[in-house]
Amino acid sequence: MGESRDDRTKIERQSERELVVTRIFNGPTRIVFEAWTRPDLFMRWWAPKSMGEPLFSCEMDVRTGGSYRLEFGHDASKTWAFYGKYIEVIPNSRLVWTNEEGDDGAVTTVTFEEKGDQTLLVLRELYPSKEALDDAFIGMEGTMPEQFEQLDELLVTLGASVGRS
Amino acid sequence: MVQYATARLDASFAALSDATRRGVLEQLGRADASITDLAEKFHMTLTGMKKHVGVLEQAGLVATEKVGRVRTCKLGLGGLEEEAAWIEWYRQIWDARFDALDKVVEELKQKEKVDGRK
Repeated sequence: MGESRDDRTKIERQSERELVVTRIFNGPTRIVFEAWTRPDLFMRWWAPKSMGEPLFSCEMDVRTGGSYRLEFGHDASKTWAFYGKYIEVIPNSRLVWTNEEGDDGAVTTVTFEEKGDQTLLVLRELYPSKEALDDAFIGMEGTMPEQFEQLDELLVTLGASVGRS
Repeated sequence: MVQYATARLDASFAALSDATRRGVLEQLGRADASITDLAEKFHMTLTGMKKHVGVLEQAGLVATEKVGRVRTCKLGLGGLEEEAAWIEWYRQIWDARFDALDKVVEELKQKEKVDGRK
């Protein structure tokens, strides 16, 4: 019955610089939107345990032109931050934000579409260039130590099999 | 992802549909070679071999590197496995996040129901 667990989150690389994530949630758009825009709720899911680094703090001024700042880490002395601005906010329907830690940050667009009593969520990350997208993947390394160790091993294996150094 | 992978596979299969190109891959599996070497080995013109190598390169099956005046060819990985691995990791991150978000959504729904009854 229904889709297998693995099919629920879909990823598509739509172009060299854009990634699209899709998922259906069992709730109306107003509830899903609330979970994306209330810091206390957002903190409960944005950095799940399996990701390694917890979300240490979260400030969000969810309105067009408002800022956000997410700090990851286990304690106040060692945190690193994601920050940027909301450039479009349409309640229960659309969120667009920038990422401003560097020049190569993505613009993220999230749309919430009502499907009966469910919500179709589509998230797009548009990077300024292919290189920026590739770098973003490398940048994630710090946030997910275990998974990336596994990936490193995989890449080493793949690299070795074609004789790369 | 599927769309992207399919396009890559199409390119790979198209590249592999030609006997000379399969031979070139076999050859490069043994040792890296210049386009000139390959042209000689397969009794082809340099231009002809360049075309074949170009197709293989497009599909990511061959990587070339120019050192001085010589372009050396070696096996590439198709980029497909590496790309697919990155994408799969990215998917897992979002999947984990969204599983956690499911719980929050469920809780808010229950809360709404309870509040609605008051």
